[in-house]
Parts: sequence; C-alpha cells; structure tokens
Amino acid sequence: MHRLLTDKSGQKMLLLGNEAIARGAVEAGVGVSTTYPGTPSSEITLNFFQISRETDLYFEYSTNEKVALEVAAATANSGVRSMCVMKHVGMNVAADPLMTLAYVGVKGGLVIVTADDPAMFSSQNEQDNRYYGKFSGLPVLEPSSVQEAKDMTAYAFELSEMLQEPVILRTTTRLNHATGVVELGKINAPVVQGDFVRDPMNYVTVPAVSKKLHARLLTRLEKAKQISERCVWNFTQGSGAWGIVCNGVSYNYVSDAVSDLGIEAKVKVFRIGLSHPLPEATIKQFLKKCEKVLVVEEGEPLMEETIKAFAQEEKLPLTIAGKGENLFSRLYEYDPALVRKTIATFFDVAYEPAAPVDLSGIPELPQRPPNLCAGCSHRATFHAIKKAAEGMDIICPNDIGCYTLGFLPPLSMGDFLICMGSSIGTACGFSRVTGKKVIAVIGDSTFFHSGMAGLVNAVFNNHNFTLVILDNETTAMTGHQPNPGVDMKNLNMNGYGRVSIENIVRAIGVPHVSVIRPYHVRKSVETIKAALDFQGVSVIISREMCHLYARSIKKPGRGAFYVSEKCRNHRTCINELGCPAFSVTDGRVVIDPVMCTGCSVCAQICPEHAILPLKK
Amino acid sequence: MDTTRLIIVAVGGQGNLLASKILGEAALLCNVPVSMSEIHGMAQRGGVVESALVFGDARSSIISDGEADVLVGFEPLETLRARKKCNPGTVVITNLAPVPPFTVAIGRGTYPDVEMIQNQIRTGISRLIAYDAVSLATEAGNVMAVNTVLLGSLIQTGILPLSSECVKQAIRTRVKKQFVESNLNAFEKGFLAAQRLT
Ligand code: SF4
Ligand code: SF4
Repeated sequence: MHRLLTDKSGQKMLLLGNEAIARGAVEAGVGVSTTYPGTPSSEITLNFFQISRETDLYFEYSTNEKVALEVAAATANSGVRSMCVMKHVGMNVAADPLMTLAYVGVKGGLVIVTADDPAMFSSQNEQDNRYYGKFSGLPVLEPSSVQEAKDMTAYAFELSEMLQEPVILRTTTRLNHATGVVELGKINAPVVQGDFVRDPMNYVTVPAVSKKLHARLLTRLEKAKQISERCVWNFTQGSGAWGIVCNGVSYNYVSDAVSDLGIEAKVKVFRIGLSHPLPEATIKQFLKKCEKVLVVEEGEPLMEETIKAFAQEEKLPLTIAGKGENLFSRLYEYDPALVRKTIATFFDVAYEPAAPVDLSGIPELPQRPPNLCAGCSHRATFHAIKKAAEGMDIICPNDIGCYTLGFLPPLSMGDFLICMGSSIGTACGFSRVTGKKVIAVIGDSTFFHSGMAGLVNAVFNNHNFTLVILDNETTAMTGHQPNPGVDMKNLNMNGYGRVSIENIVRAIGVPHVSVIRPYHVRKSVETIKAALDFQGVSVIISREMCHLYARSIKKPGRGAFYVSEKCRNHRTCINELGCPAFSVTDGRVVIDPVMCTGCSVCAQICPEHAILPLKK
Repeated sequence: MDTTRLIIVAVGGQGNLLASKILGEAALLCNVPVSMSEIHGMAQRGGVVESALVFGDARSSIISDGEADVLVGFEPLETLRARKKCNPGTVVITNLAPVPPFTVAIGRGTYPDVEMIQNQIRTGISRLIAYDAVSLATEAGNVMAVNTVLLGSLIQTGILPLSSECVKQAIRTRVKKQFVESNLNAFEKGFLAAQRLT
C-alpha cells in the first residue's frame, strides 16, 4: 500500500512538504487531480499518480497547466473534490481559464496549488503568485510548516466549498522540499463520481452572464474576508508594542529570530496563513496596538502595501516598513540570519552576528555546474547539429527541459529562452528579421505542452527555420513523468493512448520532416544538413530514450567504452562532446566505466578510432 | 531542547538525500523534533546537492552562513566550498576521495591539492574528521555506501541528539533490503574511523 494511504489517525510520519500536501488532499477525499509537472511541485502529483493506481482517485498528467485546470474545473463543477497542481510559471499558462473560473465558481472543492520558487533553484523567474489571488479574486492559503501544509490542504477544500470558489494553495520551494514530522488525520473516502447540472445562465460566460457573475464573485470575496478575520490560520503571538507581520516560511525565520534576540516580551507577531483577502479589521486592530511594524514577506511587498493602506485609512501615524534600504529585498529568498539582522536593525536591538570564518585563504575553486548525464542523447543531438551547421552563422533558441543545459560549453547550444514552448515562437521572429539560419530545439513533452501552436504559426506564415524535436520518450527534467508521446506499456500501464509526434508534425503541414537516431553520428549529421538546406520550416525528430529513464524501466544497457593506447591526446572527445564520464588523469583522457553508458558517440567522433568497447 | 544544525553537502548521486532521510527517520524514532530542507531539481544533474537538518526546537529548516554546528561533506572540494557555513565551534566531517567536477576535465579550472583542502577546512573551526570514505565503503562491501560511512562518524561525535541504535534502525527501514547489511557495516566502519581520529 502507498504510505500516504496509511489510515492511522494520530500516527506520526516524516513527510516531504509535497507529500504532506498530497496527504492532506487524500484526507479530504480528493477524487480528481490534474497537473503538468514542474519543480518544485512535482512530488505532489508523483504521489497522486501512484495512489491513483491503488484507489479510485482519477489522476492525469495533462498537456499543460491550462488544460489541467480546465479538466479540474469541469470535475469540480460536477461536485467532485479536485486538485490542480503546477509550478508558479504554470499559473501564467492557466491564467486564462483561472480568471473566468473565478466568476463561474465551483460546486465541489477545487484547490489550485502553485509552487513558487524564490531564488530560482530551478525556474526561469521568481514571480510572486499571491498576485494571482488578488488578480482573480480568489482566496490564498500559505502554510508555514510541513504539518500545516497537510492541514491547510484539507481545509482548503472546505473553504472552497464554503465559498463555492476555487482556493489557491501557495507554497515556496523551502516548504515543498522541506521535510518534517506530520501527525496524520482521518482519511475520508474519495467521492469520484458526480453530476453536472446544466445551467447555462450561470455557466456560459457570455457578457450578460459574466456581468452578474462578477458581482457574485465580489460578494463571495466579502464573505472570504469575514472568514479571514476569524480564521485560525491568521493568528497573533506575543503582546509587546513592536509588531511583525509575516507569512509562509518567513514566519519560521521570524519565530527563531525573536527567540534568538531575546525580544519575546517586546514583540507581537501576526502570522498570516489566509493571505487573500487579508483580515482587514483584525490587522487594523493589531496596528493600533503597535508602535512600529515590520512586514516580513519574501517576494513582492504585497502585504506591506495593503497594510500601509489600512494604516492610512485609520489615520495611524506609526512607521510600517518591509522592503527598503537596510531592510528586506524583493530579490531571492530569505534566511534566518538575514531576518534576524533586519529585525534587529529595524527595532534597534543590539545584535552580534555569528562570527564569520576567515575565507581569505581559499583559492578560486573550480565550479560544479549541473551537466547533461553521461550518455545523454541530447548531447549526441547537439553535437550532430553543430557538425551539420559548421561554418554557418546560427541562432539557437532553446527551450525548457534537461536539454536547456546544452547552452553550457563545450556544446554551447542555446541562445534564447523565456518560457515553455518559446523556442518555436521566437524562432519565427529571429528567422524573419535576422537573415541568419535559425535552429530551434524543443523536447517532446514541451512540444505537446505549448510548442505545437508555435509550429502551426510557422507553417501558416511560411517562416524559415529548422526545428529539432528532442524526443527522449519521457519528461526527464522533472523526474520522468509521462507525456502524450510516451509508450505507457513501458510502465506496465494499459488504457492509455499514444500520440505520434511525427504524425502531428506532418498533419500541421511541415513540408520537410525527418527522423534521426542521434547515436548514429554520421547519418544524423547528413540528415540535419539536408534539413538546414531546406528553405521553409523543416523539422527533425531526434529519437532516443533518456538514458536514466531507460535504466529505470530496466531496458538492457550497452557495455562501457575505454580509451586505448591509440589515443594521441588531442582531446577531440572532451573539446567537442564533454561527456561527464571523461576525466583527465595523469595528462591522459580516461573514461569512468561506472558512468559510461556505452552510447558510443565519443568512439564515433574520435579521429584516431582510439575509443573502443571494453571487452566483458 | 537545544538546537543543533547540520549541513550535508555532496555531489548529485552520492546519496545525500538518503542520508538525510535516514537521519530524519532516526529523529522520529528518538522523538527528537526535526525539520529538513533540500534542494532538488536542476541541481541534481551532476551539480551540488545540499541538505540542511535542524534538530531541536527551532522552526527554520534552512541554515544561514556561519550557523552550522556540524558540516558533513561527501566530497572534499564541496566541503571546502561549504566552509562559509562554519563558525569557530563547528565540527567538520569530510570524505577525502575527490570527485573532480567536469569543468576540470575540460580545462576550466584545476582540482585543488587535497592536502591544501584539508588545511583550509581545518583553520578556524573546532574539529576536523577527515578520511577516505570511499575505501571504507568498499571495505564494507558497498562502494555506494559512502553516505552511511560518514553517518557513522557523525553519530560517533555525539553532537546530534540521536543514538546509534535509532540510526541503525532507520537504516534498516530506509535502505533497500539487499543493501542493509553492507550499509550497517559501513556505518560501523565510519563510527570506528571517527573514534580512531579522536
Ligand atoms: S535525465 Fe535523461 S534527458 Fe536528462 S540529462 Fe540525464 S540522460 Fe539526458
Ligand atoms: S560512450 Fe563515450 S560519450 Fe557515450 S557515455 Fe561512454 S564515454 Fe560518454
């Protein structure tokens, strides 16, 4: 049995923040869950995926966040508790259905999880998705601990049904990937069947309907505010004259700082857990009892601005600060020492920071950036593209996945990247205005997510570039989740369809389509050359299963290679390919037999034919 | 209860996350409050993986510069890189077998001398326990068990509020069945190594 299905109320378990969210939903009897995978949210749905095989829960990996939310909007409006999970930037994709779904509302509880990534551990920006709550008019819950992540998730379903609106559960990496001890609650049996009752005058958002629905949303928001005023997730601690308002993980840093600084008797802390709509009356009461107030929130000064406005309405003369010189930044994440120092500065408390160790003797250390795995087929494809394009002045828009790392030397393939699917759209633009050869790359999952629309545009407007679709038959970056092109039989799962990328590309009307196997170096280079010669849109599908995935589904591997005495040490392999299985020992290139996957690409490019298979 | 802060640094694939899970599970068994934080995602493809474990009554699950009570490094260069987490009271435990980063192979930087690394780490902290954990793991019958070797030394120091028994129990529940025996061996070897180096 899946451990998150343990039905022992009161038992303690060590859970990852993301597991706690999944558990909270299980306790709430969630019936449907949808997602597009994205770090730091991925483990939530990985658990749903596994749980769905043991229970009646319906779970799906949708093609993108917009589709995922549309599916969940329908199931929730059929009365089934539903959860839609995404990383913060996914919310931009889902924003279109989100804004109107707020008008339409829900019948069964719908919880939308957005996992924000301050400091960008694995994201392209650090947008603060609390704004989506304000923007759409939906409630936002922000847990501070792993236990709360579970409890608030269960509560979020109740709140959603109380208000008949979706509820946003907003987390940050430091909660998603924190681990803590959680006390389990009771599991409610999932309700997986519902019924949709037709009611076009409340569901079909033509202007006449929406006018009415927008007004209704505001009424519900007012009700949410009343709930926020007396909600257990918004609480005060302490009774001093100094005030601190904080949310999410910042609350942890504040609690530790207050006790480290020994100022418990002087400070009142207001912890905000239901952060939209803010409990206006309660905050105003709080402000009236404070001499000065510091707002501690990562990201944007969202609470700070609102709280300043509250003070203005009450004509309170006290200082309220948060972001600012010598105070907090809108950049990156906070940590305990930073919060402690800023609290000390703001309230003018004597404070001795930890004596830093002397780092002056340390020489410059070599960097250890992440790298494509040894034997990764993307490395082979990038190498073939570079060979085929030798002597050309190219622009290479890259996209989001493991292959983004192709921008690192020695491959250095990747010139522009803004979001999922952007390689194709931007290729249209670059090729139109620069006169250079444009070669865009995109992965299979990203192609389904939002690349297809760009390709339709390219064909219709008769753009001129080459697109390489890196089809490694899985969504590798986030941990090998399936996508519509994946053969689910590899996972011993039946009842799925399979969509052929090649057929899609041909159906869109791409005039020049070819398929390569990137481990066959010479043939791949020739095929790519032919595609680059073509005027118009040409697509190459480079197909080879992600090596890590192949290993995890126990596909037979190939034997390792070694560098023989024939090696003349010119290091073409290292300089052109840079497989991490290579290292230089005593001035000679050696291959680590444990890391080498036997892809044989280095053997094919070695001009001395010095790289040979190890005899078993 | 006093707070003890532990940082573990490793190269992706060295078993850092399993080591943290074992310690977390052991804390649960010993009834010690614990919160942990780790960085996954892009960093996992051969980059550095760092976990922070806070035992005791603190709420934060990350550790600021200069605030670690113990630093455990699975790779000497990465231990040195993480030295900014230390203060004069910190105990450092490190493996001395290098895993050169790929940047070294392609000629962007050289791997520093391990002797120099050791001396740098040693200055300005309270105690250093350093040895080749890979050979001890190999002796224990499992090259991959570098993580449990180092856990053995960590527990020997007595800095964490965790007993050997709890940790061994956690190894039994968290490690795949066929590797339990070799990991328990590795734990023992690391424990003895730290004792010898006292
Ligand atoms: S996980 Fe797969 S796709 Fe990603 S770098 Fe490794 S081999 Fe390549
Ligand atoms: S055959 Fe060469 S390129 Fe392929 S994994 Fe082994 S060392 Fe790397």
